[in-house]
Amino acid sequence: MIDTYFIPLVKILFVLNATLIAVTYMVLLERKVIAWVQVRLGPMRVGPYGILQPIADAVKLILKEDITPARADKWVFTAAPILVMVPALITFAVIPFGPSVHLFGRDIPLYITDVNVGLLYIVSVASIGVYGIILGGWASNSKFPLLASLRASAQLISYEVAVTMTLVSLIMTAGSLSMVKIVESQFNAGLWFIFVQPVAFVLFFIGGLAETNRAPFDMAEAEQELTGGFHTEYSGMRFALFFLAEYANMIVVSAVATTLFLGGWLAPFPNVAWLNVLELIPSWMWFLMKTFAFLYVFLWVRATLPRYRYDQLMRLGWKVLIPIAIANVVVTGIVKVLF
Amino acid sequence: MGNAIAFYVISALILGFAMLVVTTKNTVHAVLFLVLNFLAVAALYVLLTAQFLAAIQVLVYAGGIVVLYLFVVMLVNLKRPPEDHSAPQRRPWLGFALAGVVLAQLGAILVWGGAGDPVDPHTMQNSDLALNNVERIGMLLYTDYFIPFEVASMLLLVAMVGAIILAKREL
Repeated sequence: MIDTYFIPLVKILFVLNATLIAVTYMVLLERKVIAWVQVRLGPMRVGPYGILQPIADAVKLILKEDITPARADKWVFTAAPILVMVPALITFAVIPFGPSVHLFGRDIPLYITDVNVGLLYIVSVASIGVYGIILGGWASNSKFPLLASLRASAQLISYEVAVTMTLVSLIMTAGSLSMVKIVESQFNAGLWFIFVQPVAFVLFFIGGLAETNRAPFDMAEAEQELTGGFHTEYSGMRFALFFLAEYANMIVVSAVATTLFLGGWLAPFPNVAWLNVLELIPSWMWFLMKTFAFLYVFLWVRATLPRYRYDQLMRLGWKVLIPIAIANVVVTGIVKVLF
Repeated sequence: MGNAIAFYVISALILGFAMLVVTTKNTVHAVLFLVLNFLAVAALYVLLTAQFLAAIQVLVYAGGIVVLYLFVVMLVNLKRPPEDHSAPQRRPWLGFALAGVVLAQLGAILVWGGAGDPVDPHTMQNSDLALNNVERIGMLLYTDYFIPFEVASMLLLVAMVGAIILAKREL
């Protein structure tokens, strides 16, 4: 009873809450990082160094008037923000934060579940997230959101192909779709897969930027061209859901990239004996540190690079990334057969 | 017991969503009910411990093909009055006849099909098949069903080339 219902429920509650808190603090981190890059201070008023800013933001967004446009499709308009947020959150079901820990006389694995199609589950859940964006733009009954949502969904579908093809080569290296087994095979190989599949890592990172609608691929939110984006007509908490879903997706991409390429919960160079000192730091700390390093790069890229033009974005996706991804699969196959 | 309840609930959802797909007036809503229908089918696959099929069902049908349907439906204005749709050359008896044929086929499967012994889901959940879903499907596709697999992929390739030729005549 305790093992089948209670422990998983506690884990789900813990992971969901931790994710939501991390998401709100990502907003603060982004404002701070961009401010530092631009030699400003960023939010400083609410709490010391602006540390309570996310709470102030949340209160503001909840108290705002919630407007539904007069001729909008009411049901779809309401469902769209939820459809963006939920896929981002349920992805965490298969992300391993660490191996088992010994707590209260039991061995508790630090992941909610480990299904044998874990990576495929993440890809398929992510593909459902597109609906929220398309429907949000369509249901607003307004032209700029519709244009923005068409752009965004075309972008997401195109880059999904590249990312999924990239993952194929990684799966060939790891020999499994289970997230836990992928980390274990990195342990057995004694190497993080970033050193085995560097091309796949770069492709996955570029694809991840595009999949999360982040700069330099933030087409959907091109303020200058689209007066905002697919969420122009949204206000209050419903807007906040779209806004926070973007950050939740960033965390998902970072956590997946950490698991697949940076060895998940493993310390650096697990095969080098004198580096065993690093294992004094608990495994879940390694996972979180790597994930946050990744998230920092997301923010850094946004502060550094200008936005792509839409046709350049499509050309990059279809004519550069997808061919390289397919070539990578072929090369991986040849290497696997030969050695 | 739990499995049986889940099966009937999911089946009822599938049939209900299928009914809504064909009865809803608003085309976008109909497409959305189709998505829900596909997701419920994926849940049925999970119940049969076919996780790989479930993930593919969501990825390909719910996440891929229906998104393209939605594009078409959203961009083409389908808010015409119902008179235009009810064309005079409609043949209700043809529809009834076809439905009758399908019903007869289903009945024939029930009577003569003899689906073999049903597998107990509890033994399934820990069997080799459930644990190595992906490997087993891969093996079957590349050995026993190799020729149908290749034919299907040829068909998709031909469809893709055809679509490109139709769209870009002066390439």
